[in-house]
Amino acid sequence: MANEPSGRGFAQSGADLELVHVTKSFPGFTAVDDLSLTIPAGSFFALLGPSGCGKTTTLRLIAGLEEPTAGKILVGGKDITNTKAYQRPVNTVFQSYALFPHMTILENVAFGLKRRKIAEPLKLAHEALALVELDHLAQRKPQQLSGGQQQRVALARAVVNRPALLLLDEPLGALDLKLRRQMQIELKAIQSEVGLTFLHVTHDQEEAMTMADTVAVMNKGKIEQMGAPAELYELPHTRFVATFLGQSNLFDGQVTGTEGDTLVVSVPGATLHVSAARSQVSAGAITVGVRPEKLEIHRESPKAAGRQVVGPGRVIDTSFAGVSTQYVVTVPELGDITVFEQNDGDIVAVGEEVWLSWSIGHAFGLPIEAPFDETDLSTRALATAVQ
Amino acid sequence: MKLGKWLLPTYAILALVYLLVPIVYTIAFSFNDSQRTNIIWNGFTWNNWLTVCEAQGVCEAFGNSIFIASISTLVATVLGTAISIALVRYRFKFRSAMTLLLFMPMATPEVVLGAGLASQFLAAGMPKGITTVILAHIMFCISFVVVTVRARVASLDPKLEEAGRDLYGSPSQVWWRITFPLLLPGIVAAALLSFALSFDDFIITNFNRGAVDTFPSYVYTAAARGIPAEANVIASGVFLLAIAMVLVAQIGGAIRRKKLGITT
Amino acid sequence: MAIGAFSHGPSGVTTDATVQRSSRIAWLLLLPGIAYLILFFLVPLASLVMTSFQETIPGGFIGEYQNAFRWENYVEVLGLYGEHTMRSFLYAATATIIALIIGYPLAYFIGVKLRRFPLLQSLALVLVIAPFFISFLLRTLAWKQILADEGFVVATMKTLQLLPDDAHITGTAISVVFGLAYNFIPFMTLPLYTTLERLDLRLVEAGSDLYANPFTTFVKVTVPLTMPGIISGTLLTFIPAAGDYVNASANFLGSTSTAMIGNVIESNFLVLQNFPHAASMSLILMSAILVLVATYVKKSGTEDLL
Repeated sequence: MANEPSGRGFAQSGADLELVHVTKSFPGFTAVDDLSLTIPAGSFFALLGPSGCGKTTTLRLIAGLEEPTAGKILVGGKDITNTKAYQRPVNTVFQSYALFPHMTILENVAFGLKRRKIAEPLKLAHEALALVELDHLAQRKPQQLSGGQQQRVALARAVVNRPALLLLDEPLGALDLKLRRQMQIELKAIQSEVGLTFLHVTHDQEEAMTMADTVAVMNKGKIEQMGAPAELYELPHTRFVATFLGQSNLFDGQVTGTEGDTLVVSVPGATLHVSAARSQVSAGAITVGVRPEKLEIHRESPKAAGRQVVGPGRVIDTSFAGVSTQYVVTVPELGDITVFEQNDGDIVAVGEEVWLSWSIGHAFGLPIEAPFDETDLSTRALATAVQ
Repeated sequence: MKLGKWLLPTYAILALVYLLVPIVYTIAFSFNDSQRTNIIWNGFTWNNWLTVCEAQGVCEAFGNSIFIASISTLVATVLGTAISIALVRYRFKFRSAMTLLLFMPMATPEVVLGAGLASQFLAAGMPKGITTVILAHIMFCISFVVVTVRARVASLDPKLEEAGRDLYGSPSQVWWRITFPLLLPGIVAAALLSFALSFDDFIITNFNRGAVDTFPSYVYTAAARGIPAEANVIASGVFLLAIAMVLVAQIGGAIRRKKLGITT
Repeated sequence: MAIGAFSHGPSGVTTDATVQRSSRIAWLLLLPGIAYLILFFLVPLASLVMTSFQETIPGGFIGEYQNAFRWENYVEVLGLYGEHTMRSFLYAATATIIALIIGYPLAYFIGVKLRRFPLLQSLALVLVIAPFFISFLLRTLAWKQILADEGFVVATMKTLQLLPDDAHITGTAISVVFGLAYNFIPFMTLPLYTTLERLDLRLVEAGSDLYANPFTTFVKVTVPLTMPGIISGTLLTFIPAAGDYVNASANFLGSTSTAMIGNVIESNFLVLQNFPHAASMSLILMSAILVLVATYVKKSGTEDLL
């Protein structure tokens, strides 16, 4: 879409979004708990978390569909906390798309422009529809479009307003896997084309990681960790991030000493090492973690410097997934350990005795806490979903 | 802002109060220690309730109404349910003509229905009486039964009946053990609606009743000289009974839904 | 319109195999009810048409007529009762608008605001339909007595100087319209409730997200989406109100100066025994309503009422 220089009323490019100590309480629970966050202009930011973690409420607070109990919301440095949804330079692509069924596609897309009395709304709406390659369906009604097409109309209807900030509420949730992948690429392309600030809410970690520049992992109304996708994956800061974003093998133990810049950790059945720089704690209770694909499986006890070796253990389960094989190895006292190994043609059989090893530089240390239980969150999701 | 929040609830509550004023009035005056007319409050008494049938003709009219409503409901519910099933489940010729025929009695003012039937009975030389009233009531109840039951049939998954046939059910077994029980709530609702419509109908009845009095026609005639408090007793009794039934059904349903966690 | 090579039309309605069973059973199910409606709805209408053209038998008694083609009956009744006809439609239209003004916010409150409280919602709905359960005539009489000259309402209004000392409420057009509106509010509110209860609030949110203030959102989103309810509610109120003769009758809320078509038909048929005049009035009323309903439904753009 051509960047027209004037007359659009709102932002020509994205604006910063700032949340300052935002809290939203509902009777009985706190959906968003003292959240502070800055999203720089022009970035593609993903808010990732399980259902009920407060991410949708956060989005609704920014859109103006909910009022915060405490805190401030700023867009481009301007406090918009006390403005109504329709007064905010923010647009949302709703999870259900929320296309008006009594209007044509064109009328849907032109709706916001008309409300703001912008000149030539229909021309701009046609342009926006061309951007999502649906201009030929402009006169149809939403019900006559497929799910993927409706999704693109919803996007066009939001983007056409050139909002300072575009909010995406699980916009790909209703699409099948193939369409999802395709839309992820398109969405990313549109974002770089129009240069708006995108805030994308999702529970799909893969989606968040492939699309966003920055991912914030949210849990129980708080942001657990924020950063570039690779950073979050390689060096999680909390047990929740380590298990929600990909899988992790976690071992709870005590720091018993240091060897240079390495912490020595005693866990039941083994002594583990973790780089002090990759650990969030340096003394006392600690959880040591390592990603399954960082592990190697050996038929004989390996001897290699700089590698952590555990075992012997026994393979209790294998599942073949084409490019890789997933093993579950049970090691006395350490428990079950998951291993992803690239498929090199040599598959270890169930029942074989094996040793496991990983580079000490791949391990990470976390503060110890109770395992994350996804079930206790799902009931709250119902309460947050509608108003 | 805060004022705006209270505006709609206040308006709605006032509207509900407005709807209830004459009901409360009618019930209150069933306890009035009335002399000749029941217009001025003369003090509280149970007497009207204890001696309902002493006012001339009230109980007879009430009995007629119950009888007419029962027969009309029975016939209209059977005929209407059969039509509903045919409309949803089968394709046949003249479908839109039939839909129109079913819709028309509801879109026709009652005076026209009443006058039409009356002139037909006149032309056919049929004396007006309880039979003509019942014939008239069945006619206008059928459409309402169809509207109510049809929605229920439409929401009934035909796969359930197929499953019944698959599990060795004969057509009549499938009907009595699967279809009918699943349609029953809709049929009951339709029957209650028919009963209420028939019981309270005045306009069509008045054209076709001849010398027979139903409860509404009794009230209409009595209105000229003053309604006895006993009429209020009957209306209040019917009201309290009906409202109790509806409350039990509605609130019971709401509680059940809440227990099942259905939020819609 | 640019439906190019890429257009795929709306998918046709897929017919379930179970739907297409032999039409013999269908007719068996349909026939008794349909025959009944033909016999007791269509034939009476035809009989009404015949009656409307009848003429008096020379030298016959009152109430004796013979078949003829006396179209003058129509001219006569229009001359005699034109005023009543206009009045009927005026009263019914006013009552419908009042019922809409009272019923829409009420239905909105119950259907939208009370969604989170299913128990309260059920209770409020019961209150809306409560008037159905008490005799239509008695509740109208109750209003007559409440609004009577010696009643509390009139007395208060006179004390507050809202009414002149010699004014009445009962027997006037105001009380008839008031009674019509009152009696048909549940008919208005229920269909409105049904559509409002299903109103997708996410669409309302989308409206406010797209820079529409609450009023614009209401006009551009809520009202069009609830149009089916508005149409059936107004029809369910207007049709019975236009044909009503209880509210306007002198024993209830009206007087001779408020008589509507219904009163004319009733007195011609049951008192004067002028069947041809009653029949031609009935047919005039019915065709007027049909024309009104057809244009109204067409203009509002909802054809799927049934």
